[in-house]
Order: sequence, then C-alpha cells, then structure tokens
Amino acid sequence: MYNPTVARLTYRALLGRRRALILCTLPALLIVISIAIRLMTGADDETADSILGGFALSVMVPLIGVIAGTGAIGPEIDDGSVVYLLAKPVKRPTIIVTKLFVAVGVTMAFSAIPTLIAGLILNGNSQGIAGAYTSAAAMASIAYSAIFLLLGTITRHAVVAGLVYALVWESVFGTYVSGARQLSVQQWALAAAEKIGQGDLITSDVGLPVAVVLLVGVTVAATWYAGQKLRSLTLAGEE
Amino acid sequence: MSFKTRTGTSHTGQPASVQQAPPGAAPADVIHNIGYRHYDGPRLGRAYARRSLFSQSLRGAYGLGRSAKSKVLPMLLLAVMCLPAGILVAVAVATDTDELPVEYTRYAIILQAVIGLFVASQAPQSVSRDLRFKTVPLYFSRPIETADYVAAKFAAMASAVFMLTAVPVAILYVGALLGKLDFVDQTKGFAQGMVSVALLSLLFSGIGLVIAALTPRRGFGVAAVIAVLTISYGAVSTMQAIADEQASTGSIEWLGLFSPITLIDGIGSAFLGATSAAPGQYGPDASTGIVYLLVLAALVAGSYALLIRRYRKVGL
Repeated sequence: MYNPTVARLTYRALLGRRRALILCTLPALLIVISIAIRLMTGADDETADSILGGFALSVMVPLIGVIAGTGAIGPEIDDGSVVYLLAKPVKRPTIIVTKLFVAVGVTMAFSAIPTLIAGLILNGNSQGIAGAYTSAAAMASIAYSAIFLLLGTITRHAVVAGLVYALVWESVFGTYVSGARQLSVQQWALAAAEKIGQGDLITSDVGLPVAVVLLVGVTVAATWYAGQKLRSLTLAGEE
Repeated sequence: MSFKTRTGTSHTGQPASVQQAPPGAAPADVIHNIGYRHYDGPRLGRAYARRSLFSQSLRGAYGLGRSAKSKVLPMLLLAVMCLPAGILVAVAVATDTDELPVEYTRYAIILQAVIGLFVASQAPQSVSRDLRFKTVPLYFSRPIETADYVAAKFAAMASAVFMLTAVPVAILYVGALLGKLDFVDQTKGFAQGMVSVALLSLLFSGIGLVIAALTPRRGFGVAAVIAVLTISYGAVSTMQAIADEQASTGSIEWLGLFSPITLIDGIGSAFLGATSAAPGQYGPDASTGIVYLLVLAALVAGSYALLIRRYRKVGL
C-alpha cells in the first residue's frame, strides 16, 4: 500500500525548488508572533490558548492542509502528467494512500511541529496547552490531508473548494450555526486537545468518542473514495 | 477557402514566362499572383486593444464568454455577497427602524472572506493562464505595451471586485430609501461606503494580481493569494485581541496597518465615519489615518510597479 517512488515524486512536487521556503513562511510567522507576544506580555495561558487556537489551529493548519493535500495530486491532474503515473502497474488506491502519507507528513511537519515550538515559547507547556494543541494539529493534519486529497481528484477547482470549506464553513458558519461545528475537523481535533490539556481553557463542541469516530471515518472514507475516483479518472482539457 | 473563387477576379495574373520556357530546361522560378489583397481597412490601434483586453478580462472574471462551469463560482460568490444585503434591507423595512442594522462601510468588512475568495479565484484566472500557455508574447506582438497589458488587467480586476462589493452596498441604499429612511443620512453613508469599497477593490486586486502573476500554476496562485489575505488578517486580529486584553490599546491602531482588510477598515474609521471593527473600536484617528492612506497608496502603486516589472521580461 506504499510505493517509495510515488512518495519521492510527490514529496519533490510538494517541496521541490522554492516551494518548501514558501511553505515555511507560515510556521515562521507563527513563531515570530509567539516570540513577539512572549516578549510583550510574558507567559500567559490565556494568550497562548488564543494564539494556538485562534491562529495556529484555525488558520494555519487548514491552509497548509489545503496546500499539501491538493498539491499532492491536483497539479498532476491539471497538467495531464498523471497519465504517466497511472500507466504504470501500480494500483490506484496505492497511489492515493502513498500520496496521503506524504501529504500528512508534510502537513504535520509544517503545522504540528511549529505549533509545539510556538506553544513552548508562549508558556512553556503550562497546563499542557502546547502538547494539547500539537496533538490536535497532528490529528487535524490527517483528516485535512485526506479530505483535500479527495477534493483534488474530484474537481479542478480543488484549492478553491478546500478553502471554501476551511474558511467559510469552519470559521464563518461555525461561528453562527452551532450545528456546523459538529461537522468540523477543527472541533474534532479540539475534542482531543480538551482531553489532553489540563485545566479548562480548551473547549470543544463535540464529545471525544464522537470526534474520534468521525475523524477516522472521514479519513478512511475520503481515502477510499479518492482511490475509486482515480480508477475512473477522465482527463479533461483546459476549459 | 478555395482558389476557384478568386480566379474570376481581375487580380489573377497569368505567369506568361512558364509557357514560353523551352521543353527540357528547368522552369524559371516565378511568383504567382493568386489575388491576395492587403488589409486597408481602419487599424484600431493601441487604445482599442487595451479596451478589448479590459473588457475581455472583466467579463472573464465573472465567467462570461467562458464555459458554464467557470461561471458557477463567481456568480455564486456575487449571490452570497448580495443575499445578506437583501435580508438586512427586508428586516429594516419590515421592522420600521430609522437606520440600517449594518453601516455601508462595514458591509464589505464583514463579508471579507467572500471577497478574498473572489480575488483568490479570479486573479490567477486572469493572469496565470496567459503565463502557463505562453500567450503573453502573443499579446505583446500586438501594438500594446507592457503598461497597457498591466493597466488593462489591473483595471479589469479592480472593476470586477468593485462590482462585487458595490452591488450589495447599492442594494442596501435602495432598500434604505424604499424603507423611507432619512435621505441625506443614507446618501452620505452610501457615498462613504462607495469610496471605501473602491479603495478596497484597488488594494485587493493589486495584491491578488501581483501574487498570481508570480506563478503559472493556477492552484498555487489561488492558495497563495488567500494565504496572504487570511494569514495577515488572522495574525493581525489575534495580536490586536491580545493587545486589547493587555490594555495596551495604543498599539491596536498601528497593528491594523499590517493586513489589507484592517487597513481599509482603519481608513473607514479615520475618514469615512465608520465604526472601527478593531477590538474595543480602537481604530485610528485622523492623524494616524494619514499613515493608513499613505500605506494604502504605497501598496497600490507598488503592486502596479511590481506588475510592470514582472511583465517587462516575461516570455520574451
């Protein structure tokens, strides 16, 4: 279920040339902000919670998830070079699973690790906030990568669709319609963070068992369906 | 197209030398006049080409003249922009209030995610495909200069964003007048709202086009534009919220300089009588507002200059 060559190609498509540097700017910004705030206000748990929850988990993780998830397959389908990959005797689900591994790895590396560093800078893991948000970011990375990889196989406008989900659905709808929060990767990840963190700063609208079931279910279903989509992929020309 | 249609015209010449060549000798090379004619109609020139590029790009931003699929997203975003305005107006008329529930200048700030998505999806559509399919040199083989291409694309994008943001404001205004709200008040607010969305259109389209013109890949362009818009806003609003909690309210107005939407919001609260959307409403006053205006002007002029620089070399 894992093909090292496909993994290497995907990895190079995602991080080759200057792309790794561009992807680095987001985590770098988070860490710079954390340092600035630590210097300005000193260690404070509430501040750490609002930076990690309001910026890292709700803006940075989905954005990196979109870039890595759709970037793992979208450009290849877009420019038609995916046919050379599909022509090889590699199972289509294997291609998807491999690409998912790479996308999850990239998303985790560029979101969970900076979250941990930022958390340590902000309050030195007091009340376990840094650890809680790091594991939330890691869990969210998996689900986001799977969802956005699926979008990459479904539509040519995967990036836009992914952004609509991440920004409009999770932040705008999530703020006004409480039901939308049940169906939000961010809240599922927060449920885990709530369990891991001590104290009661981190709250989620979803219970942990439901969150874990939904998270795993969505990841597996999205990966399976992406494999099915890739089996019957039709290459369309540029509109 | 066949030559037969042309043989009847007086332009068809008979190459006499061919028939007179002695048999066996190699026939002399001749140029047959098969009746091609010069174009001697009016030549429409640079201004016309620029105008065509402008209208094509503007129509393209809403998917007009493109496939049905590419109309879906811009039209959907336009509908999403207008729908809340319609609802607000309906509520205001039904409840018989004496002012609208949302200020004209505030409307675009609230729906900034939609505007961001529009810019992110349409700016790369406007410039990335020309780069990717290497059609830029074809444009420049016409009598247009770099400045014409950039100006046409910039103006088209800014007009498209202006339409997206001005139509709901106009809906609010018409609704307010129909609801018999105070005419002078509403007209003043409407004018302020229009100035605010015009500045927003220039700023957003400038930023969007500069980023989109860097990459021939549409997907990366979309992600990069939205990343710049939302990350800067996310970072600034988080910092502002913390500054508000720490009661260092003096820094809030300066932090607002670092993201496009808070910049527009600041100019609105400094000069256009808007209520600031910054935490605790610590928006800039008129003196700090000058800095806001300068930064805005520098950003718009800078993005135009960067585009000119980008297209000076591209594909040639």
